[in-house]
Amino acid sequence: MSAVLRVRDLRVSYGGFEAVKGVSFDLAPGRALGVVGESGSGKSTLAASLLRLTEGADVTGEITVAGTDVRTAPEPELRRLRGGRIAMVFQDPLSSLDPYLRVGDQIAEVYRVHTGASRKAARAKAVEVLDRVGVPDAERRARAHPHEFSGGMRQRALIAMALALEPRVLVADEPTTALDVTVQAQILALLTDLRAETGMALLLVSHDFGVIAGSADEVLVLHGGEAVEHGPVSEVLREPKASYTRELLAAVPRIDSPRPARPARRGEPLLRVTDLRRDFVSGPPLRRRTIPAVDGVTFDVRRGETLGVVGESGSGKSTLARLVVRLLEPTSGKIEFDGHDLSGMPERRLRRLRRDLQMVFQDPGSSLNPRRPVGESVADPLRVQGEPAPAKAARALLARVGLDPARYDDHPHEFSGGQRQRIGIARALALRPRLLVCDEPVTALDVSTQAAILTLLADLQDELDLTLIFVSHDLAVVRQVSDRVAVMRDGRIVELADTDTVFDSPAHAYTRSLLKAVPVLDPAAVRGP
Amino acid sequence: MAGLATVVLMVAVALAAPLLCAIEGQDPTTFHSDLLDSARGGVPHGSFGGVSADHWLGVEPATGRDVFARVVHGARVSLGVALGATVLELLVGIAVGLGAGFGGRRADAVLSRLIELSLAFPSFLLALALMAIVPQSMPRPLLLACVITAVSWGNVARVTRSQALSLRRRDYVDAARMSGARPSRIAVREVLPGLTAPLLVLAALKVPLNMVSEAGLSFLGAGVRPPTPSWGQMLSTATTWFRADPTYVIVPGGLLFLTLLACTVLAEGVRRAMDPRWGGRS
Repeated sequence: MSAVLRVRDLRVSYGGFEAVKGVSFDLAPGRALGVVGESGSGKSTLAASLLRLTEGADVTGEITVAGTDVRTAPEPELRRLRGGRIAMVFQDPLSSLDPYLRVGDQIAEVYRVHTGASRKAARAKAVEVLDRVGVPDAERRARAHPHEFSGGMRQRALIAMALALEPRVLVADEPTTALDVTVQAQILALLTDLRAETGMALLLVSHDFGVIAGSADEVLVLHGGEAVEHGPVSEVLREPKASYTRELLAAVPRIDSPRPARPARRGEPLLRVTDLRRDFVSGPPLRRRTIPAVDGVTFDVRRGETLGVVGESGSGKSTLARLVVRLLEPTSGKIEFDGHDLSGMPERRLRRLRRDLQMVFQDPGSSLNPRRPVGESVADPLRVQGEPAPAKAARALLARVGLDPARYDDHPHEFSGGQRQRIGIARALALRPRLLVCDEPVTALDVSTQAAILTLLADLQDELDLTLIFVSHDLAVVRQVSDRVAVMRDGRIVELADTDTVFDSPAHAYTRSLLKAVPVLDPAAVRGP
Repeated sequence: MAGLATVVLMVAVALAAPLLCAIEGQDPTTFHSDLLDSARGGVPHGSFGGVSADHWLGVEPATGRDVFARVVHGARVSLGVALGATVLELLVGIAVGLGAGFGGRRADAVLSRLIELSLAFPSFLLALALMAIVPQSMPRPLLLACVITAVSWGNVARVTRSQALSLRRRDYVDAARMSGARPSRIAVREVLPGLTAPLLVLAALKVPLNMVSEAGLSFLGAGVRPPTPSWGQMLSTATTWFRADPTYVIVPGGLLFLTLLACTVLAEGVRRAMDPRWGGRS
């Protein structure tokens, strides 16, 4: 079958920096090509260049979409091409829709611009495509505004918008990265169905090998702008040829791999949480509603163990993490830490206990003060608690987490994401805490960096006899690090058991659906026999 | 850079006023009635308001005082009052703003209403009223700076408060709380550095505003007292002479305009230099 998208020796450079270095591939109708790579690998630039959305970049090579040369097409033809024959779905469904326009109208407008159809016909088409992508009650939902849609529904609406003109090629740049696993599974299934029905070709860009494995026929591995490997998904997964692909695959946390055995902890609980509750009040003054973010949670954490807390967005896991370290005041309930009741303790007395309770934050970009040298950030807790020689100790801590102590005076923007997270860990460990709460500590990082940070945390845990609470939406990561796992949904813990029990024989239906939705690396397991 | 250079030049001129006058050989208060054309109602002899080798920018109509000497001495008052008022505004504004941003809900409610009150009040009228009721024994430039501060600290306080409120939600502030730091330490160590950029920009914009306030108050007769010169006061007397002697209007007016423009350009430069997205390039 002849290719609907043909790319030859594509090079994209910004200023002197070459982001994509000579990539070539063909995409036939109805087929799906996955482009996988870590941040900075050039995968988003590659996707954008296919629609000539790379403003200010120098593009050479050949890009042909359904017979049209994208690189040299004049502006009017390019406009017809975009949307008409090649459409794009972006990562963030929230910022890709206009919040002031009804969803149906936005879709109808795209259709009208390209086909010159009447308002009525366009509106009918909008309802039709919304229905097609699985938006229930499409007729009514077309009249809703984007904020009335959930994240998954918004992404469906964007896909519907892209589909309205029946494009030959759909470019999806990280279409499910902002979504929960169960929603991700639905969107990926939708893309696969659409491909089979309409014969549309799909270029799926993702940092997640699991997503590609389940939804693409072929995979292109990008590293530093170069295609280091290209082949059928099953082959690449089974026998990766490039060493980079092997490293990348090895770094991916496997939900199906057993955790390295650790001696079971059966000690006294260090932390005991009883019927903890936190309400948030929202809405206008007269119609105030209280929403329980954490709704009566009871658990304990044993000395030296790692308790994993998993859940989808909005499940209350981050609120729980912040309650435990008293960054948030609980509405009711009890938090006992090593015999002290934290829940009612005044801030003044709490300050002395703070040294035993520390936290590692999700976004290493915002958890370090951008205007202060990183060494100061690490030394500060020591200074506050009146420790001697804080600067010297901070240098030692930087060295311990694998950074050059000579970089004490550098500012956060001079470090990579992984390095910043190391600094965040160094700061949290400065006071030699006994309980460390990690709120999505590796979510913002690439898989290989993620693996390095997890190893560091594990080493430090053994070395310092740390007790960890590890909050994450990523089930595979949680399986790798936890002794026991708590599954949260709507502010409650629905299941709490040993890691292997939760993952191998989950008791709760929600846990089972969560596990089923996780993309698996083995394509044979996904496609079935 | 041009903005910075002009501002520096103006400050240098103000500081060196006595020296410059000595070079010219004139002082700002001596009357030179011999240079005036009494037949034309006291307009200076000669073109351009009596510009000559002795009087570089001519002499004042009606009094014959040297314009150059008065302008450079006036720069001291104008710039001094404007800078002094800006510094005082920053001190008051940051204190109130941080108090509102960090002091808890009740303090915020009280201080925010106070800020709104100060912003909503017709400040020029208040300033005029204040100038009228305070004791006359206080040095006028200092008094002017205090009055201008009293009516315009609200902006600084509001910017500080809103920035503090947004910065205190950052994870690094939570991290500081986790280390057991007191709110005052967090405010000064973690939040204040993040405030420097917007506040410096605001300050650079405030200087020209305060110069205008000073000029306005002096123009209305509520500012510095004669014979102390200030640009606003010179403009005030010049209004009656602008047809007969345009030079006398152009000199203080032009200087005021130049300085204001320079300050504004400087403010923009500061904003760019402090914005991490510009990478410190200006």
